[in-house]
This record gives sequence, C-alpha cells and structure tokens, in this order.
Amino acid sequence: MRANKSDFGIKNLYLIAYLDLKESIRAKWFLVYSLVFGGLIALFFIAGVTESQVMGFSGLSRLLLMYIQITIIILPIFILITTVRSISGDRDNNILEYMLSFPISLKQYYWGKIIGRFITVYLPVFFAMIIAVIFGAIKGADIPWSIFFLYTGLLFALSSAFLGIAFFISSFVKSSEVALGIAFFIWIFLLSFIDIALISLMMQGRFPSSLIISIAMMNPMEVFRVAAISLFDPELTVMGPVAFYILDAMNRALFIIFSIGYPLVLGLIFATFGFVIFKKKDLV
Amino acid sequence: MIKINNLTKKFGSHVSLDNVTCEFSKNDSVALMGANGAGKTTLIRSILGYYHPDSGNVLVNGFCPIKERVKVLQDISFVPQLPPPIKLSIDELMSYVVVSSDVDKELILHYANEMKLNIKDNINKSFFKLSGGMKQKLLIAISLAKKSDIIIFDEPTANLDPDARDDFYRLVKLNSSEKTTLFVTHRLEEVKELVNRQIYMDLGKVVSDERV
Repeated sequence: MRANKSDFGIKNLYLIAYLDLKESIRAKWFLVYSLVFGGLIALFFIAGVTESQVMGFSGLSRLLLMYIQITIIILPIFILITTVRSISGDRDNNILEYMLSFPISLKQYYWGKIIGRFITVYLPVFFAMIIAVIFGAIKGADIPWSIFFLYTGLLFALSSAFLGIAFFISSFVKSSEVALGIAFFIWIFLLSFIDIALISLMMQGRFPSSLIISIAMMNPMEVFRVAAISLFDPELTVMGPVAFYILDAMNRALFIIFSIGYPLVLGLIFATFGFVIFKKKDLV
Repeated sequence: MIKINNLTKKFGSHVSLDNVTCEFSKNDSVALMGANGAGKTTLIRSILGYYHPDSGNVLVNGFCPIKERVKVLQDISFVPQLPPPIKLSIDELMSYVVVSSDVDKELILHYANEMKLNIKDNINKSFFKLSGGMKQKLLIAISLAKKSDIIIFDEPTANLDPDARDDFYRLVKLNSSEKTTLFVTHRLEEVKELVNRQIYMDLGKVVSDERV
C-alpha cells in the first residue's frame, strides 16, 4: 500500500514537471530565450571567434569563454523574469485555485514545477554549448573538454541558484508586478552593486581584505565569474582582486568544487524556504 | 461528510468568516447564497483547504483539508466561478485530471458529449483559447467524471446558454444521489429544482439555513 502511494507521488511529480515543461516550451519567452543562446554561438562562429587568439585563449576555448561571459549576465535575469511569476502568476489569475483542487500534494506541485522549469531553462544553454562543440569539431578545432565540462557544471549550478531564488520570491509575493520588480533588483544588486560597494570598502581600508573577499564569495555571480574566467586566464589580465585573493587562498580543485557546490546548495536552500512559505501561507 | 466548527477567517482587519458552524451530509444539495463579500467563496475555499483558519476547523470525512489535502480532495469535485486561463491544451488538462485523480478519460469525453462540447476537434487547443461556455462545459464534464462524493459548483451556469444550462441541470440531477452538492449562487431560481437546502450568508455569518 505504501509503495503504491509513493509510486503515485512520483507519478504526480513527473506529471507536473512534464506539463510545466510542455507549457513553457510553447511560450514565446522560451523561443526568445533559445534564440538568444543559440544565436550567440552562431554569431561567434560567423564572426570567426574560433580563429582568433586573444589573451591566451584560442579556438573553441575562446568561443566558450565569450559565451560564458555573456551568459553570466543574461542567464540570471532570464531565469528570474521567466520564473518569478510561476506561482504568484498562477495565484493571481486563479489557475492555482483550480489546479490545486485535485488530489496533488503541495510538495509534488511545487517541486514538480521546479523540475520542469529547471529543464526548460537549462537545456537551451546546454544545447548551445553542444552545438558549439559539434561545429568546432567539424571545423577541425581542438575540443577543450575540461572547459566544456566545467562550464556545463557551472551553468547547471548557476541555473539552480537563480531558479531557487526565483521560486522563493514567487512563493511569498502577491502580485506578478512586484515579483518582477524584486527579481530585477536582485539581478542588478548581484551583478554590480555588491562589487561597487566592496571595492569602495576595500579602498577605504577599514576592513580586512579577507572579510571583503568572503562577502564577495557569497555572491553566486561572483563565484561563477571567477570560476569561469580567471581559472583559465594564464596572463591574469582579466582577473580582478577577488579572483586573485580566492586563487591565492584556495587551490584550484577546491575552488572548482566550491563554485559548483555553493550555488547548487544556495538554490536548494532558497527553493526549500520557498516551499515552506508556500505551504504555510493561504494558497489563493 | 463536511463539518465546519466555529470557523473564523480574517484577511487583515476584514473578517470574512465569523465563527461559522455548519454541517453538510450525504444527499444534501445546498444552495449557498448571499451578497458579494458575504463569505461564500471563503467558505468553499476553506473546505478545499486553501485557507489557514484564524480559529475553528473544517473536517471533510473526518480529515483536515490542509493536513490531509490529498485524501480530502480525492472526494471533492470543484467548478470555479470563472474558468482560469490555463495554458495547457485540453488533452494535457485531461491528462492532469486522469493521472492525478485516477479519472477515466472516456468518462470525461462522455460528459463533455452530454454537455454538447466537441472535444475531439479542439483536443490540442489551449484551454484558455476556448470560449467561456466551452471552458465551463469542460470543467463541468471533468467534475462529473471525477465521481466525487462532494461536488462544489461556484456559479456554474454563469457562462452557459439556456440549452447548456438545461443539459447541466439534467446531468447534475442524474449524478447527485448519495452525494453532497454545494451550489454557490446569486440566483436561487436557477438551482431551485436541484436543491433541498438553502443557506444564506451575510457578513461572514450563516444567517439562515432551511430545508426545502
């Protein structure tokens, strides 16, 4: 009897994830989202990035590096604005009222939505990299597998972090407009405000550098930036002070584990907080 | 079947349900009436387990709809006042119902046919692109196919033309024996033939409860 119940749970989880995935794939934002990432790769090949050599990077490594630099900026905001309204939007227009009148547990509904949405946001950025590797191989370029696997892991971790944050916001915000506003603020805050604030603190010299670096390391976008760019920059020309300190204090392997593990855990924590709020609050 | 004990629900300073106590049993067919803001929808949503009460409780077949929502909702069918803009196709929405509630798809098609809704030609159409009447017909078909012991209709005929209303009344009459049926309505005459109990609510309280 118990096994049946759990089978039913998995079935419902899969059902919610599958339907959310199908619904998202049909949405216009998904088309734009896929075109942006696929288009980036296409543009790089057309522009001949693989033939150039800049700052020690050449061929496909250079292409992947440029791709990841742009992805750091646009992936979080894409995930935030497309996901932040998932639960608050359904609540707003009474979809939640109807869909939750069926015997589906809140756990199945919430985590099913997260799984569906994760696949939706992760697959296009992942496929764009696959396309790059295939085209690169056709053109006879060396395939930098270590960079490819690192970036795949980093994108996975970054997607988790921002998806968790987005679902967290979605669980307590009442209207979609406010959810969008908060999402945009978080993005710009993590993208630049923290850096600007920390640089000014560092220049004042009132706080030890290690404290400032630790605060910087709490920002998943900073961790991602350092891991994606600085680790492979032999000339250290694109390396900022944060990257310098981090790589000085931590060995490479440990930092790679941290840069993938930390955003993953952060996303999971935010998503779990979101679930607790979703469960405790009135549903409609 | 449904026991509501001293239920109070507030939204900020507004008291939406004020110490409501009532019971709905098998074979009760109830018209739940009252002005806008009387607390009808809040009461329905409390039965469905959407609201955390400020005090009191709701028990459906002895279970709390918040803590045991899956058990409780297996026995409840619900048709909302306005069909929500669900983006799933009809086929996907039916899959959602079939898988989550163990409903026979053929039965949904049967009741849709009885409501004169042509599902087959619209099967891949998004639910929200259907006309208001078609949406309502599909939700009614789903509610009947679910074979629940408790059926809650919130203004179910608002989007229906006179013929469709007649189909609805006929199907409800055929399917309401041994069940508890709740109709939230502003117009008693629309469900007069179907109900054996009338409840009036005002300012969050039950002001009259009579059997007819």
